Amino acid sequence: MRPFVFESATNLRQASYLGLRSGQGETDAKVQFLAGGTTLLDLMKLGVLRPDRIVDLGPVHAGHDAIHLDANGLQLGAFAKMAAAAEHPGVLAHYPAIAQSLQLAASAQLRNMATLGGNVLQKTRCTYYRDPTWRECNKRNPGSGCAALKGFNRNHAILGVDESCIAQYPGDFAIALMALDAQVELSSASGSRRIPFATLHRAVAGQPHIENTLRSGELITSFIVPPGAWTRRSLYLKVRDRTSYEFAIASAAIALDMDAERVRTVRIGLGGMASRPWRATQAEELLTGQPLTEANAQAAATTALKDAITHGHNDFKPELARRTLVRALLQARSMRVADAEL
Amino acid sequence: MSAITRRSVLTGSAALAAITVAPLEAKTVAQRNAAGGVRVNLVVNGKVQSLTLDPRVTLLDALREHLHLTGSKKGCDHGQCGACTVHLDGRRVLACLTLAAAVGPRPVRTIEGLAAADGTLHPMQQAFIDHDGFQCGYCTPGQIMSAVACVQEGHAKTDADIQEYMSGNLCRCAAYPNIVAAIRQGRDQMEST
Repeated sequence: MRPFVFESATNLRQASYLGLRSGQGETDAKVQFLAGGTTLLDLMKLGVLRPDRIVDLGPVHAGHDAIHLDANGLQLGAFAKMAAAAEHPGVLAHYPAIAQSLQLAASAQLRNMATLGGNVLQKTRCTYYRDPTWRECNKRNPGSGCAALKGFNRNHAILGVDESCIAQYPGDFAIALMALDAQVELSSASGSRRIPFATLHRAVAGQPHIENTLRSGELITSFIVPPGAWTRRSLYLKVRDRTSYEFAIASAAIALDMDAERVRTVRIGLGGMASRPWRATQAEELLTGQPLTEANAQAAATTALKDAITHGHNDFKPELARRTLVRALLQARSMRVADAEL
Repeated sequence: MSAITRRSVLTGSAALAAITVAPLEAKTVAQRNAAGGVRVNLVVNGKVQSLTLDPRVTLLDALREHLHLTGSKKGCDHGQCGACTVHLDGRRVLACLTLAAAVGPRPVRTIEGLAAADGTLHPMQQAFIDHDGFQCGYCTPGQIMSAVACVQEGHAKTDADIQEYMSGNLCRCAAYPNIVAAIRQGRDQMEST
């Protein structure tokens, strides 16, 4: 790990000010915010992230870690730990896809450390990104190329990729937020703003080193998930190489509202598949108003994956994604949803 | 006179190695000192420990290298193996991914702080011995700290729960069946006292 100056921020405004040199969503910014530290410390030890200044947000946590839900929806403080949201009785009952996406992620220890805000900003697990002895990595070393295109790319992305980068977004929670149409509350030295979660992560667009749309010094303060008839009938299905403590090779977040046999509303997030948290809107449109049969689910899954680009080792992924999505849709249809008071 | 242990021999030879490379390191050390260390007050197993540390020092390195509490182990040093598991503010965390400077006043409990003052082992420690819940023993302090928290969280009710909620602690000797049996016993004894 390279030397750095350690500073603590006592409030959000000071944090934003200290973080003004944090860069605009660039991966290797010279100032990095420290929340749970589970991504940051790991990548600093690997020499992938090389900040010269760390702004510790520890003292800021307490004021922004509340989890609150009522008829207006769910509000998750960005400094809430993954474990707190995963086990919150209200989240479990009314937003099961969110609870499941967090329960199935990482380990108990990591879930006690990592914050929700840091979780959505976690970095790719691409082995070429994580190993600086590889020169070629446009995300780490802009303009150098992408070693994964012709390398070992078994779990690299097949959606939202271009020739500059096929790294996969590894998170689970973000996929549930996509399906549930969440908003993100942001705070900076110049004030606060709210944006759709779907616009937080940038498309690769030849510049994989710029991952998100956060402005310099801007921090995520909370996630707002709107209410809806579909939140109770929601789930997160995660497929991975081992039963526990592993990243997805395919996953789907479904939120569904049925009118008897027909789909009134369906929202679909796809994980383990794309360069950023992914929403399958065309598949949603295809299913809306239709009976949720296996055949219709398969047609929707085919649509969701029609633009997939594979690179050899990950040729299996479109089929795995289709099957995962079909299974998730049918599971959501047959979910037993008990009445529960807010 | 202090007894010669494996550890004192190892640290002795490490110090010798450090002297040999000292001229090469001199400049970086001076730069680091110029930047100044971070003053850290750690509350470890009920005792306040004041240290001045390089900001890069993790909680794990502070415990092992500065406070000589070597029970917490460094396995992967990347948050993947769980050997460094300690309790921070009553919750199990990974000491290798925690900066010592960011711990603040939150109390730290390590494997050294688990047994009673009179030396009576914690029920989970005793259970690991009773069930042979280890082979080489390197992952064991992390397993035990994790297991105690797992029971306190209410995540050790069934074998399936134990397997799921202990998945962040790897055992390369694969003593897993005995670890699960030990946690069952540790759980029952923790809950009956």
